[in-house]
Amino acid sequence: MMAYIIRRLLYAVPIIVGVNLITTLLFFYVNTPDDMARKMLGEKNVTAQLIEDWKRAHGYDVPLFVNPEEKGIKKLTETIFFRKSVPLLWLDFGRSDRNNIDIGYEIRERMWPSFYIALPTLVLGIMVNLTVAMLVAFVRGTYMDRLTMVLCVAMMSVSALFYIIGGQYLFGKVLRLVPISGYDTGLNAIKFVILPVVIGVITGFGAGVRFYRTIFLEELSKDYIRTARAKGLGEATVLFKHALKNAMIPILTNVVVTLPFLFYGSLIMESFFAIPGLGSFTIDAINAQDFAIVRAMVYLGSILYIVGLILTDISYTLVDPRVRLE
Amino acid sequence: MPVILATDLIIYALFGMVVWFVLSVRKGATIPVRIWTHIKGRRGVMVCLLILSLYALIALADSIRWRDPILTEEGTVATTLEGRTIYSPHALSLLDRVLTPLRERTEKTFSAPLATHLYVKETMELPDGTRVRDYPPLKYPRAHLLGTDKVGSDVLYLALKGIRTGVIIGTGTTLLIIPFALLFGVLAGYFGGIMDDIIQYIYTTLSSIPAVLLIVAFMLIFGTEGYQGGLITDEYLLWGLFVPTDRLFWLCVIMGITSWTDLCRLIRGETLKLREMDYVLSARALGVGSLRIIGRHIVPNVMHIVLITFVLQFSGLVLAEAILSYLGIGVGPEMGSWGNMINTARLELSREPVVWWNLLGAFIFMFGLVLPANIVGDAVRDALDPRLKVHGRI
Repeated sequence: MMAYIIRRLLYAVPIIVGVNLITTLLFFYVNTPDDMARKMLGEKNVTAQLIEDWKRAHGYDVPLFVNPEEKGIKKLTETIFFRKSVPLLWLDFGRSDRNNIDIGYEIRERMWPSFYIALPTLVLGIMVNLTVAMLVAFVRGTYMDRLTMVLCVAMMSVSALFYIIGGQYLFGKVLRLVPISGYDTGLNAIKFVILPVVIGVITGFGAGVRFYRTIFLEELSKDYIRTARAKGLGEATVLFKHALKNAMIPILTNVVVTLPFLFYGSLIMESFFAIPGLGSFTIDAINAQDFAIVRAMVYLGSILYIVGLILTDISYTLVDPRVRLE
Repeated sequence: MPVILATDLIIYALFGMVVWFVLSVRKGATIPVRIWTHIKGRRGVMVCLLILSLYALIALADSIRWRDPILTEEGTVATTLEGRTIYSPHALSLLDRVLTPLRERTEKTFSAPLATHLYVKETMELPDGTRVRDYPPLKYPRAHLLGTDKVGSDVLYLALKGIRTGVIIGTGTTLLIIPFALLFGVLAGYFGGIMDDIIQYIYTTLSSIPAVLLIVAFMLIFGTEGYQGGLITDEYLLWGLFVPTDRLFWLCVIMGITSWTDLCRLIRGETLKLREMDYVLSARALGVGSLRIIGRHIVPNVMHIVLITFVLQFSGLVLAEAILSYLGIGVGPEMGSWGNMINTARLELSREPVVWWNLLGAFIFMFGLVLPANIVGDAVRDALDPRLKVHGRI
């Protein structure tokens, strides 16, 4: 097990290097430090000296991949690629291009609001979707089943933007149940969290129920279910005891891979609800064209994705004793 | 003088595909016939298909455009000193020309659907000289089925203009990636070894970058130059009629880059299975070359996956475009898009009284495209994936 995890982590290294290579190419080769400096300093009154100063202050005053002026190993270390991507390995994100803020500190502060929105959304969403999917699988083939499926397809066909705008209008403006947007610290945050969570659950309902229903129906067509029925077990026992347990594997794949992203935040939700999380942090950075922050968030996202994949594999062994990691 | 955008080619390709599909059904090719027999008798699916065809036709009408020559005051065609005709920078499409009444009947600002008066009060001077503050009458009362927006444009026209963008994003993205996903997927699956390792490495790396951020970065860097919609001037034109630097096209490209990995992975998996099939083994034993085996036996047998991905990705891509346009990295503000409509309409709900028709227009037209697409997509998948069809019957 331990050996397996270590091997997977080692396998992640070239992928992380690849991610950094792609982002470096995209951010520095296409959009050169000179361009960035000009954007940051404003178009007016920019002298070559100012650009050089800005580049030196932000560590962009060296070549991209190979530095011909240095000797030996320094040929590779005195470069933008090395300077900017190696500290990321120990999660040192550096400072932002625009206001020189500490990105790492900002991320540590802002991941909690994101987490408080994402965790209830995930848990509540799974509970609602699983329950409905099981009920629908229980009455499969009936009028109810078909009606629910039509509803799911219809709900999937509505853009998330409409759910958010409509929810804010209905619950925030007309019914005045919750504030339209904003955030507060401590327990006061609850009233701000409710609406995004509810809308998040509604947005994921259609696709979620359909996905879980397919999984259940797939399980129900297997031999062990026929055996269980043949020995006289009731439909409810078959469904909730036998099928549910075996359906856990695909369900887990779906859930565990999203776990690391609970901290990552949702760009749209946070921007609509003015939640000071990582999603709105990213949006602000995009609008300010602050590539240092965008780069940090890309890197963080890739790490979380890889961690999610490893967690998924490990979780298999916990629910399915047949799976052995080698 | 015709003008062709890079994205117009996508629409033409889409219609090429439709024609090919119809011809194949008549010829009796396996996959098209299987799809057709599956959906033929189902009235709901057929209605959806009809709606989708309607959308596609509108998109086509909006993709055939030409520039008119500028007329001088005497009514003759204006020319440069060298005698070349000067064309207007407005490249109006067939759709624009058909909808000229909608396009040109603009009001001063907001007006409710089928209203007779403007939405905001104005101080007006009556013929007898007294000043009153009231809702001024519209220039074209009861002419705007979905009302008008802030600058007085007809919402129905704007929503119709969004169709082309939606159809292009939904189909163009997948059309662009199919060749690459096929090539890499089949190569990785068929040859295995180091080739497989490299290709797997590439798509694992790409898919571990958060898609939204990759799209954002790409669009901020590539999308801001070139044609953004609106007037077509000579700087965008290649050979006087082709616009290669279309922002919408870049959007398709980057969304393709972030979504080809799934298709590639599926094709690789299927190829791995096919490689061990008896007919492939016997072909190899008979000395048939690898390229021939791939062309004759592998590629035709993974095409159903390509087709399923094509129809299933469609609705997700249309929805994603709206979100990207909301973030300000979708299509340009001068190009019609439902995302842009939602973006401008979102603050109008907080006005008193509420301006809701802008949002309604975008909602109806988006829902009208995505819902049929979802239903037809499901039908195509059921027709081509026997494994899922079995469960559909339970």
